[in-house]
Amino acid sequence: MSKPFAITLDTGSSLVNLTGSWRSKRPVFADHMPPCNIACPAGENIQQWLYHAEEGNYHLAWQEIMKHNPLPAIMGRACYHTCEGECNRAKLDETVGIHAVERFLGDLAIDNNWRVKITVPRSGKKVMVIGSGPGGLSAAYHLTLLGHAVTLFEAAPKAGGLMRYGIPRYRLPRKVLNAEVDRIERMGVEFKLNTPVRDIVGVMEDEGFDVVFAAIGAQLPRQIDIPTDDSVHMYDAIHMLRSIELEEEFPDIGDKVVIYGGGNVAVDAARSAVRLGAKEVSIVYRRSRDKMPAHSFEIKEAVEEGVELNCLRVVRKVENGNIQVEQMVLTDTNKPFPTGQMENIKADTLILALGQLVDADCCLSSVPGVGVLQGNVQVDKAMCTGNEKIFAGGDLVPCERTITVAVGHGKKAAHYIDAYLRETEYQPKPKSPTATYEKLNTWYFSDAPKTVQPILNLIRRQSGFEEVLGNLDEDNALFEARRCLSCGNCFECDNCYGACPDNAIDKLGSGKRFKVNYDYCKGCGLCATECPCGAIDIVNETI
Amino acid sequence: MGQEQKVKFYQKGTYTVGNRLLNVKERSVQASMDRSNSLTCGHRACQGCGEALGARYAIDAAMRASRNQVIAVNATGCLEVFTTPYPETSWQMPWLHSLFGNAAAVATGVAAAMRVKGRTEVRTIAQGGDGGTTDIGFGCLSGMFERNDDVLYICYDNEGYMNTGVQRSSATPPTARTATTPVVGPEPGNVFGTGKNMPMLAMAHKIPYVATANVAALHDLEAKVTKAMHIKGARYIHIFVPCPLGWGSKPEETIHVARLAIKCGIFPLFEAEYGKVTSTVPIREQIPVDDYLKIQKRFSHLFKKGREEREKIAAIQAMADENIEYFNLLNKEGGS
Repeated sequence: MSKPFAITLDTGSSLVNLTGSWRSKRPVFADHMPPCNIACPAGENIQQWLYHAEEGNYHLAWQEIMKHNPLPAIMGRACYHTCEGECNRAKLDETVGIHAVERFLGDLAIDNNWRVKITVPRSGKKVMVIGSGPGGLSAAYHLTLLGHAVTLFEAAPKAGGLMRYGIPRYRLPRKVLNAEVDRIERMGVEFKLNTPVRDIVGVMEDEGFDVVFAAIGAQLPRQIDIPTDDSVHMYDAIHMLRSIELEEEFPDIGDKVVIYGGGNVAVDAARSAVRLGAKEVSIVYRRSRDKMPAHSFEIKEAVEEGVELNCLRVVRKVENGNIQVEQMVLTDTNKPFPTGQMENIKADTLILALGQLVDADCCLSSVPGVGVLQGNVQVDKAMCTGNEKIFAGGDLVPCERTITVAVGHGKKAAHYIDAYLRETEYQPKPKSPTATYEKLNTWYFSDAPKTVQPILNLIRRQSGFEEVLGNLDEDNALFEARRCLSCGNCFECDNCYGACPDNAIDKLGSGKRFKVNYDYCKGCGLCATECPCGAIDIVNETI
Repeated sequence: MGQEQKVKFYQKGTYTVGNRLLNVKERSVQASMDRSNSLTCGHRACQGCGEALGARYAIDAAMRASRNQVIAVNATGCLEVFTTPYPETSWQMPWLHSLFGNAAAVATGVAAAMRVKGRTEVRTIAQGGDGGTTDIGFGCLSGMFERNDDVLYICYDNEGYMNTGVQRSSATPPTARTATTPVVGPEPGNVFGTGKNMPMLAMAHKIPYVATANVAALHDLEAKVTKAMHIKGARYIHIFVPCPLGWGSKPEETIHVARLAIKCGIFPLFEAEYGKVTSTVPIREQIPVDDYLKIQKRFSHLFKKGREEREKIAAIQAMADENIEYFNLLNKEGGS
């Protein structure tokens, strides 16, 4: 071959020099578990739906939520978002407002009438679900998606369980609840309202159900013995909330109301009492404020609305229109200890919110094989009771009693029930390691404070049951979604592709992520160090 | 300075290489699938080489800015040695190796030849390390500046003669250990009060464009190269490129080290036109120089347990503080 002027030697390319042979460690792309996902009792893939949402792909984001949780508009409001408690962004500025984005997506789905498609052929199996609270609805939804025919039995006149009869409207408007229940009904779930089940085995045999999922909740108020001369009305908080919902005649609670208990139900009762017109509402709780089981933002909102907190107090007796309380101190082990100091609180009404118990006489107690221990129905890891045809979940079984846990139980039980009906084995996906804050390279994230949801003005909060927290608008929701750090999961920022001095990372195109070219990768590890979200592991080469 | 991103991405940071939420035109050259990869795989640079990275960043941006009409002249140095052991080359572009000291003069000749041939679209780049620039090639470079020849000269500064075994250059910072400035005697490592500030010397020639850049600030680097490619006359860009071998830093921390140099103020990012500073990049999160020095073995003698050389560290801090004050690096807008 003739060469150009002054050129005497051929040249080759350095591509013949496979520098991959230098390597003693290799980068490997990984999907680690973001802390929010781990913390979600419903098992939502939060990072993934935020990923879609930040692209403005709201429908896809909603569909991702719906893989795990059929009630995003409800959860976005009433879930206590344990996910945000674990959010890595909190260490950078403030946690991502996951619940607010979820609510935005949930409301968008309701406004646009989005539906979920059932892609699995009908199995011909019939499942009976008892209780239409979050656990029952979740199980019914997932079982329907898995191809089974579901009938849902509900003792109350409307579906929703404690979401309807326990969570006040100012936290969860009924329009939203109805819309999400309605969506599940339209998927083909048969609802039998006003139909309490007494004899499970009998109904199963009569109507030909193959399996049962029971999620009847814990509805009996815990009682304590308080000596009283009946000069102050006494009610249970759970009955009060239920009566408000049913718009039943509820005895006048008067001007001065005391709530006894420190949980979320107590706070709900206190805030409802404010809305019913009580002038002085206070919460009496036996331990200190920071030990109150109610969520701190609920307590804060209650205090804003005028609810007084009387912590480290125990109710001893009721006499002459007074509630006598004894002051307590906390011991070293954080147990309240009586001091003997008594105080009187003038009151018209005392509302007891001391927790709920599972009804020991419930329909499950007489079913052969079902074990009840300390007031809870016992289940194995598959949510199955001692009777292989009967599964249970929600407040009924030992757990942290929240609606999100119940949704998670419903989903989990549905998968195990499906496996039982198909005579297969359900294998939950193995969990990958946690994407901790230390794995992130936060230099790449600029500061962005959390978007605050609009909040209803105080006068309207004190005078009615209108929803307190407003929705984000689209700009805000997008902003909030984009605050997600995408912990442990590639978001295609091109950092690895750009930072490789050896040009040994191939970009595969939008949505396809990247591939390491091990022919040339020298194993320097720059890609892993510069990955903002910690989605590249460096592992030792084996010889 | 730096390409102003109109949309802020709080997740992707406004600082990542690419961003799937941005439209393609607004992303960096390094983020694009069709970047020219002017310096391709198979080169023999050490693991985590900052210079290999900086060279690809700069030349890819230059190629994009000139529609791939670039000829590069390379001084002797690491960059030349690790990219072109005969018969291999990693350069996917016309590339000439000159002598150690005459890259600027050869580039002047290439530019003249192109002008004579009427190939006005072809742009000439000369490049070299700090040794070939501040020491051996300084005379030719100063001449190229003085004549305002139409060449962009890029210096990849790794603060020493690395491929010959880490000897001191006039860009080696005080106290740094090299083969020729060992940690012995009353002033261990390189001594204070020596060396050249090459970007300031270039400015003194009052050439059309002088800029400093850093491998840890890609968007800024690409913007500066792109801007330089659209200016006629003599231009100079000084790019900070850590050397894991010579500095004793971890290969995976090359960009991290470079970033700390920006954050502590020891390497200021600025642009100058005709001898006047026209823009600077403010520091986003200021850190003490200790953080930068500590992770490099060449400075480890300053941090011996119980015998910390606080005075020397303070003197280096004073150098950083002087930069911060002179270039006003703590004004709060923007940042890199």
